[in-house]
Amino acid sequence: MTQLSSTETGAAAETGAQPDEHREAWAAQLADALGDDFVEHHIIPESDLWVRVNRGSWVVAATAARDQLGCVFFDWLSAIDWLPSPYGRDMDAQEDNPQPKAADPTEQGYAGGETRFQMVVRLYSITDHMGLTIKADLPDGDLSIDTLIGVFPGTNWHEREAWEMFGIHFSGHPDLRHIYLPGEFQGNPLRKDFPLLARRVKPWPGIVDVELFPGEEGS
Amino acid sequence: MTAVGNAGNITDRNGGSLADQRQQLAYVATQAADARLNVEIETEGMTLNIGPQHPATHGTLRLVARLDGEQVVEAEPIMGYMHRGYEKLAEVRTYPQVTTLINRIDWLGSFANEVPFILAAEKLMEVEAPPRAQWIRTVLFELSRIANITLFLGDMAVQLGALTPVFMAFRDREFVLNQIEAVTGGRFHPNFDRIGGVKDDLPKGWIDDTKQAMQKIRDFCDEFEDLVLGNEIFQSRSRGIGIVPPAIGLSYGLSGANIRASGVDWDLRRDGREALVYDQLDWKVWTHPDGDSFARYWVRLQETREATHMVDQLLDGLPSGPIMAKVPRIIKVPAGEAYAATENPLGEMGYYIVSKGDLVPFRVKIRSASFSNISITPWLLRGVYVPDIITILASLYFILGDIDR
Repeated sequence: MTQLSSTETGAAAETGAQPDEHREAWAAQLADALGDDFVEHHIIPESDLWVRVNRGSWVVAATAARDQLGCVFFDWLSAIDWLPSPYGRDMDAQEDNPQPKAADPTEQGYAGGETRFQMVVRLYSITDHMGLTIKADLPDGDLSIDTLIGVFPGTNWHEREAWEMFGIHFSGHPDLRHIYLPGEFQGNPLRKDFPLLARRVKPWPGIVDVELFPGEEGS
Repeated sequence: MTAVGNAGNITDRNGGSLADQRQQLAYVATQAADARLNVEIETEGMTLNIGPQHPATHGTLRLVARLDGEQVVEAEPIMGYMHRGYEKLAEVRTYPQVTTLINRIDWLGSFANEVPFILAAEKLMEVEAPPRAQWIRTVLFELSRIANITLFLGDMAVQLGALTPVFMAFRDREFVLNQIEAVTGGRFHPNFDRIGGVKDDLPKGWIDDTKQAMQKIRDFCDEFEDLVLGNEIFQSRSRGIGIVPPAIGLSYGLSGANIRASGVDWDLRRDGREALVYDQLDWKVWTHPDGDSFARYWVRLQETREATHMVDQLLDGLPSGPIMAKVPRIIKVPAGEAYAATENPLGEMGYYIVSKGDLVPFRVKIRSASFSNISITPWLLRGVYVPDIITILASLYFILGDIDR
């Protein structure tokens, strides 16, 4: 990553290079609780912790985070579709880069990932004031995962949203139906292969936003 | 209501906390109402449809309640009338363009919506705004809070039948909006925060004007302490109504004043690690042990007054210097993931940004406070009486744009 800011940030980045014992301890505790189902973790010192678990131990991981790490606050739950947009640049703000970038299937974010769809849940400890992001891969042929309602009842609506937007099925969810969109709506809008029709019918006027000043070199 | 009569001894205030007793009472009443419905002895259930356009709704929240007499057996909010798909739209806009959209999530405290997004992007870019920009950000953040919550203070009163407070709220809120407009050019949608700093410096004479406005808001708070909190009708309609036990609130993702009113001492302004300057101010986090509708109003009133003191301190300590860090004119955010959350007027608001190193974010997950805050209503409304629905919804305080995004 490029260092872009002034000197103060440089100092902060240096202190950030220290290992983050508290987050290491959290990851180790989760690894103990989950055994082989703990796949990978990623720590940005003094900032954040990502953990990837197997789909089968999704509920176990959330329960362990709540009971052992004290993450009693349910922050949010959602999913990521890692498919590069099949609509290419016209879905973007068509700017200084006319060549479409070659899609790199290995770019799966922190703590890795092997499949197109990934579940993400964020929990937070109001005593340690630290958060934790748990991820789980969903195999392409079977987009389903156990519901977390038994652990955090607040996941109910978030799971309905993920079901509607990504088409992920939550086993054990009592009330899986549309939350935002009308009942007869077809498709899963937040999937990358769901076209944003406004961009298909009309060029995006916001392109001028990144136009260069006269005489300015492109960066 | 026989159910309540039978459960009357539970409201005895000698043992156990008020919250426990209320919860138990609500539970017993629900069970009784269910039983009656099932055997169809007394009444058949009735379905009451409140909204999407009804005088008692906020925006377009629709509530479908199954009633037994005056009691709610089951209530369910139905959202989506204002869903605008910001998460999808953000994927086709450059980072600076996204702030224009997200201004419109919580439209009463718009500037506060921009801050966590910018902070998350700055985290990915490893940029930090210069001190003066951070102070200006914090000032505007607190002004947004005041502009937002003063309206709540009037609005909840009007929902409980007192018409005057809402006019006073609109009147005094205007002073704050004027100050926001003087800096940003926008009353409702400032679009002022930038990656690496803020758009402009403060105009001349603004500091004195703002201090006067803060004094007016403090007077407003003092007046409301008498006028609303001291009002017997308000108290009898909000005390003990809609009690949220802290553990349940947290598991539903309640945040902000809603959870502090249940006695949870947690405020991201103090406990978060984002680059705002709250650690350099002398202030306190207000909590209330009761967890009822009255407590939620009380906490918000105290927070508004606290915010005016914070703004005064911020204006006194405003450092000089640049308002923008060195950032390229065309902003490309390095690949990575970051989550930044701040204590917005409605509760915790955060953005989870996934970047692949492009001009546009790959995925933006918007964690808006009202969506989680209102998700507790099906649980909370079970067993309450119809007029209390209004009290509970008003005290949980949501903005429709913040639910539907």
